[in-house]
Amino acid sequence: MNTLVGTGPLTKLALRRDRIMLVIWIYAFAAFAGAAVYGFKKLYPTVAGREEFVVASNHNTALLTIYGPFYGNSLGSFTAWRDTVLSGLLAGIMSIFLVVRHSRGDEEAGRLELVGSAAVGRHAALVSGMLVACIANVVVGVVMAVVPIVLGIPAAGSIAFGAGVAFCGLTFTAVAAVTAQIAQTARSARGLAIGVLLVAFLIRAIGDSVSVTGPIWLSWLSPIGWAELTRPFGAIRWWVFTLPLAAAVLVGIAAALLAVRRDYDSGLLATRSGRPAASASLRSPFALAWRLQRATVIAWVIGALVYGVGIGSAAKGISGLLGSAQVRRVVARMGGQTQLTNAYLAALISLTGLAVAGFAIAAVLRLRSEETDQHADPVLATRTGRIGWALSHLVIAVGGSVVILAVAGIGVGLGHGARSGSLGTEVARMAGAALAQAPAVLVVAGLAAALFGLVPRASVAVSWSVLGAAVLVLFFGETLQWSHWVMDLSPFTQAPKLPGGVVSAAPLIWLCVIAAALGLAGLVGLRRRDILA
Amino acid sequence: MTVAIDVAGLRKAYGKTQALDGLDLSVAQGEVHGFLGPNGAGKTTTIRILLGLLRADGGSVTLLGGDPWTQATGLHRRLAYVPGDVSLWPNFTGGEIIDLLGRLRGGLDAGRRASLLERFELDPTVKARAYSRGNRQKVALVAALASDVELLLLDEPTAGLDPLMEAKFRDCIEEERKSGRTVLLSSHILSEVEALCDRVTIIRLGRTVETGSLADLRHLTRTSIMAELASPPDGLDRLPGVHDLDVEGDRVRCEVETDKLDGLLRALTAAGVRSLASQPPTLEELFLRHYAGDGPQRQEVAAAAPDGTSA
Repeated sequence: MNTLVGTGPLTKLALRRDRIMLVIWIYAFAAFAGAAVYGFKKLYPTVAGREEFVVASNHNTALLTIYGPFYGNSLGSFTAWRDTVLSGLLAGIMSIFLVVRHSRGDEEAGRLELVGSAAVGRHAALVSGMLVACIANVVVGVVMAVVPIVLGIPAAGSIAFGAGVAFCGLTFTAVAAVTAQIAQTARSARGLAIGVLLVAFLIRAIGDSVSVTGPIWLSWLSPIGWAELTRPFGAIRWWVFTLPLAAAVLVGIAAALLAVRRDYDSGLLATRSGRPAASASLRSPFALAWRLQRATVIAWVIGALVYGVGIGSAAKGISGLLGSAQVRRVVARMGGQTQLTNAYLAALISLTGLAVAGFAIAAVLRLRSEETDQHADPVLATRTGRIGWALSHLVIAVGGSVVILAVAGIGVGLGHGARSGSLGTEVARMAGAALAQAPAVLVVAGLAAALFGLVPRASVAVSWSVLGAAVLVLFFGETLQWSHWVMDLSPFTQAPKLPGGVVSAAPLIWLCVIAAALGLAGLVGLRRRDILA
Repeated sequence: MTVAIDVAGLRKAYGKTQALDGLDLSVAQGEVHGFLGPNGAGKTTTIRILLGLLRADGGSVTLLGGDPWTQATGLHRRLAYVPGDVSLWPNFTGGEIIDLLGRLRGGLDAGRRASLLERFELDPTVKARAYSRGNRQKVALVAALASDVELLLLDEPTAGLDPLMEAKFRDCIEEERKSGRTVLLSSHILSEVEALCDRVTIIRLGRTVETGSLADLRHLTRTSIMAELASPPDGLDRLPGVHDLDVEGDRVRCEVETDKLDGLLRALTAAGVRSLASQPPTLEELFLRHYAGDGPQRQEVAAAAPDGTSA
């Protein structure tokens, strides 16, 4: 097994390099589980209330598609219902990123060439990446089991719940190991593995959505489905865990067989050759920026449409879900079912705003990666000025954000309008509601631009931390009763809650002014500073 | 003569590291100028200041008659740049990058593009991620050489090329010189600089230590002499300009300052010469003398070498 020499030190190195990222991932999983238990305890303290929700939810196609069915009415089943599918997805994403980063990612960066020339076996890097992913998944599984137990949920079910998530992650650890052998680049290895993950999600979504009447067997074909099908807080089926275990081992063996057939920094699929000359349109800094970002923009637009239609079509059934007599009284006081539907849509549209802010940050910070990858140097050594170069990416960040928000809103309108019967009005109303998030998104984009211009080295970490803080404010601010000035700092607190809320122009105008000022500060900073290699 | 690049007293610090500490560089219009220095001497920093990518902390910089910091984009129409470490967008083909950079610069000559691709045997349909280091360098070279510009800034352009391609690169630079373009060629490949450059500037630790034509610089260097004599020599150690003298019976080895060669040869003939080998100074020796260690000898040389002699 001399192709595995050095796996130990490489694993240690990988753990060291990832120590912060791993802690954040694990913390996020713990918070996710804790928030579900804690939230449901407050929302549905009684069995009767929970039972009503379970019955309604098991007949709601949209909810079945996203979360899957309930297998009981205990707090535990609520937690498992809410978290299993999404945690499975997240564990899959985490595993894919870890495996690819430490195998193909390092090959592409040239780091493994140096390491590989030392006493390190050919497959040591891949195996160490898989080991790191395995360790991470085991810890995630333990944490997701322990958190509910500590909060008073039965132990056996919690363990099955945590294990389900961990095994899902392990399966995709093996899947990523295979795509890392096949794809031409690290990026496409990640993309391919995430594609498999999404297919697994969709297969079980179809299976679950028809679970009441139709072919639930589809869910048995999906690693994410397996995590649900163990029925953590129903009649637990421990034997189901043999499925992900067998899958992980078999797919892992496939990865090992493929690994010996490929060369360093190349996949089994050959790199295709491209056009010998640039298309006539590739002649400006903006054309370059668009070429670099268009795939991301298009993916976001498609994702926004699918997501919008999904949450839109779930809206009509939402009032039936919060159907306990008590809640109905409260809702009636607040203005009836329309109000409830509006509140649901407004909450999800706010969430869309935060997600699109993520797009905006990534699009602005493309400038930073162009700079650090030394792609900016040759461009700036032409007659392209710094401002033109930066603006071309900023235009994509701003324009892309607006288009993505509009498409998400149109999607919501289509989904909701198709079921409520007023397509035209709903499309316009929801597009407007989503676009009302744009000024807040632009403030975040402006902040990223300002950081890039003024403190480039800190720009990536600070931008994403700010978005993280905005997420915390949106999710926990109200529940934890933070003081108002903390919450008001988030631009998303300033955005109107639409549909249903009141719109006043002043905050929107202010947000736009702040966004423009931040963007300008960034450009001025960029003009004055060194381009760092 | 018109000056294409004029740099005086250039200073640049990165935090506590002083990258450039009073660097002088003068390149005349139409000349091929060698820019020599060991790794970390400040060659790339100087070129990036000339491109307006970095802002100088002090000193003066004039490029093609303008200020590279404030007039960057206007000046960039008139120059082309090949970075030392060519990093390309992995999803673009070589051909696309050549066209893109050429167009951003203000247009490139399609005929020259085709002939350069053929000359450097570069396949333009390959995605950049699949290119080797040498091929990435060729992409940047073709993009630069195919543009119609006055000045070429080349930062170690041959570092990844094989000897065959290096020879073709030399031919290209020779043609550029004939067509009257100015070239600043940063390098530490001495044979290349010796073959191509009219004048050279040698820098170390962010300062200029020598500058001038190769003939000027040779003059400052020493010729090494090995001789077998008829009888043991006498009084060689008293001769001016003789260094590292090693006499073993009738065998003599020493180094002599090239302009004091005459005196030494007289003394040797007086003792009767049986055999004589003399090695003319190479740029390599000059280079090594400046960079090898910080012994007393090299400080003395640095003190003796006037900066910016023939600017």
